Amino acid sequence: MSSKYDVLVIGGGNAALCAAISARRGGASVLVLEGAPKFYRGGNTRHTRNMRCAHDAATEILTGPYTEQEFWEDLLRVTGGQTDEVLARHMIRESKDILNWIVEQGVRWQPSLGGTLSLGRTNSFFLGGGRAMLNALYLTAERLGVDIEYDAEVADLVIEDGMFLAARLKRPIKGEIEIRATSLVAAAGGFEANIEWLKQYWGEAADNFLIRGTPYNRGSILKMLLDKGVQEVGDPTQCHAVAIDARAPKFDGGIITRHDSVVFGIVVNKNSQRFYDEGEDIWPKRYAIWGRLVAAQPDQIAYIIFDSTVVTSFMPTLFPPIAGQTIAELAGKLGLDPAALEKTITEFNAAVRPGTFDHTILDDCVTEGITPPKTHWARKIETPPYLAYPVRPGITFTYLGTRVNKESRILMADGKPSANMFAAGEIMAGNVLGKGYAAGIGMTIGSVFGRIAGREAARYAKN
Amino acid sequence: MHGTRILDEADRLMTVCNSCRYCEGLCAVFPAMEMRRAFSDGDLNYLANLCHSCGACYVDCQFSPPHEFNVNVPQTLAIARAESYAAYAWPRALSGVFARNGLVISVVAALSMAAFILGFAALNDRSVLLGVHTGPGAFYKLMPHNTMAALFGAAFLYAILALVMSVRTFWRDIGTPIGGRADGSSIFQAIRDAGELRYLHGGGVGCYNEDDKPTDRRKLYHHLTFYGFLLCFAATSVATLYHYLLGREAPYPWWDLPVVLGTLGGIGLVIGPIGLFIAKSRRASELLDEKRYGMDVGFIAMLFLTGLTGMLLLLLRETAAMGPLLALHLGAVFALFITMPYGKFVHGIYRFAALVRYAQERKTGA
Repeated sequence: MSSKYDVLVIGGGNAALCAAISARRGGASVLVLEGAPKFYRGGNTRHTRNMRCAHDAATEILTGPYTEQEFWEDLLRVTGGQTDEVLARHMIRESKDILNWIVEQGVRWQPSLGGTLSLGRTNSFFLGGGRAMLNALYLTAERLGVDIEYDAEVADLVIEDGMFLAARLKRPIKGEIEIRATSLVAAAGGFEANIEWLKQYWGEAADNFLIRGTPYNRGSILKMLLDKGVQEVGDPTQCHAVAIDARAPKFDGGIITRHDSVVFGIVVNKNSQRFYDEGEDIWPKRYAIWGRLVAAQPDQIAYIIFDSTVVTSFMPTLFPPIAGQTIAELAGKLGLDPAALEKTITEFNAAVRPGTFDHTILDDCVTEGITPPKTHWARKIETPPYLAYPVRPGITFTYLGTRVNKESRILMADGKPSANMFAAGEIMAGNVLGKGYAAGIGMTIGSVFGRIAGREAARYAKN
Repeated sequence: MHGTRILDEADRLMTVCNSCRYCEGLCAVFPAMEMRRAFSDGDLNYLANLCHSCGACYVDCQFSPPHEFNVNVPQTLAIARAESYAAYAWPRALSGVFARNGLVISVVAALSMAAFILGFAALNDRSVLLGVHTGPGAFYKLMPHNTMAALFGAAFLYAILALVMSVRTFWRDIGTPIGGRADGSSIFQAIRDAGELRYLHGGGVGCYNEDDKPTDRRKLYHHLTFYGFLLCFAATSVATLYHYLLGREAPYPWWDLPVVLGTLGGIGLVIGPIGLFIAKSRRASELLDEKRYGMDVGFIAMLFLTGLTGMLLLLLRETAAMGPLLALHLGAVFALFITMPYGKFVHGIYRFAALVRYAQERKTGA
């Protein structure tokens, strides 16, 4: 590591590595500062498994075309229109080429994984998962001559009049060092692991959130940038959050703590009350709303309740379901009021109308006369043993970020683009994602804007 | 709960992996796992023997150590695999041989070679033992052909019997539906998968051995060793046919089929085991079943000794060294044969059976 580079990349995930590789290929000298130790490198990328890219025809691993227009419509729907159309359409257009570009960087695709058939047309899966993808990018970056430092915690950024000058790096033994670079790519993610920061918006409820990624996603770079006059984008309470098993570790439980069983049963809160239509839509389109729904319940806890008839209908789970021969026994094990849970389930069962169950389509199994209704896949819960998973909000990443333009260039509070600061990945995801989520889009944001940011940062540095 | 701690751990890991499935494109283990929601002892022994130890799932896993989920599939399955060799050994009384396998193999090899040397010395005149013999029947001046054929035939038949009995137990244990037989196309598929080591390639990028870079060369060295072994076996078989059908006695000239096959095979059997041994000694400790180091190295050493003594015999067969070298070579081969059912050799047999089972499962879904 020297103390002067063309391009400094802060962060170590998909966006950071795509930026580093693209800058290096553009002829720049590049240093990557990853705040985590080597094993935990890559932020949330280590837990990902696929990327959503537009393509006009089926490929070896994708079952059919997914046009730019269809991608745009999906994005429009999940965000409820809260997206920057120019940026989003630009990203979607660029995503087409990413399918090939990322392979040139050593990443390998595979057909969609078992249990994810509904994504087989739209999403390309990484062979071996996100950590395999990261390993490939790191190998390529190292081979190209990118310098990489782990455990590299940035203490401060020196920015003057929207111009990046240097970063101060904390080193455990040798003390602080100043690293100068001609341009900066900030790709250090959101602040989801910073519980204190989350509390500013969520209050004490944030103590009950589980963080799906590593404890290193603290948003310190985001905070420094926002404090130094960079324009903010996005609602600070918006994030990707799913319902994950309440028994999961506080950090880094990753994907395996999630639950896909919501549509097969009912979900109650700690008062044994249902609070949302469990059968609103096909699960992959709805799984990412349940984190916020549970976050809004008392004590941020809920229970997915189902019976023994559906136990093999969803993917096997890391934690086994909690079981009871009667509803009352199950309630006792969950710490719920048995009478209240029995009442909720009795009323639910009485409201279930006959229908033909098919979880792959919006079937006609509905409830009548209860609020909220269950509008598909409603079946009586009546065959013991009765089973439950306790769930809590699992925060994947936050959407508050730095505003950027099509060149991935950071905009300052006055609206002017910074001369030499760029941002990519979750740190700027809020430009595209005002709210909501569509599977694999975080990786699209990372790769597309990472590649652009690296290219532009190198271009600036070489001129 | 399972019978052993390692099977409990394998069960825990398969539960973690089955809720993740990121590795399903890497090899056969994970697709086979996905066909199950719960794992019997037989299922776990099946998965353990299906694993080729390419190491990719360890390097690719977001939950491998130091993560608290502590997912180390290659090492856990390596230990389970080694324990399965002991569990299925026939006769049961000899399963303990796997516990101190390196020691047992060395002692058997040493005794075997010593027995041939002493036997040659005791039964032959000194001038015969250290004499120069050439022309057809030269070897049989030291040991009559029929004695040699009977001794090695018996050792070989015993090895076959013990292996068949062992693999039958394994097959029953892993095979559902009960009593399921292997069909031709599944066997053919398994021959192809084993022949090309299809699952020793990290899903396409290569295997991992000493670090997190896919630079491992074990596949090449295994091919050299395995095909070297097969060529040597073919050389012996052709020579036996020559002897009994054509009445032509060894040694044969260098251009004759048994010698050509044996030379090519011998080169593989010398280079391959050296490569495998170097790879084994460099293997990252987190991937290695350290308790079974002796078993692994013992088998590698036996193959190497067989290849080396055979090649030396070929080179020096027209000198006075022929007698002692023949004793060493026959001693090594004899020890290799009789320890086959009780050493690392069995990995190939169980893995092949697991590949047959896998081909069957993929075809029928059961």
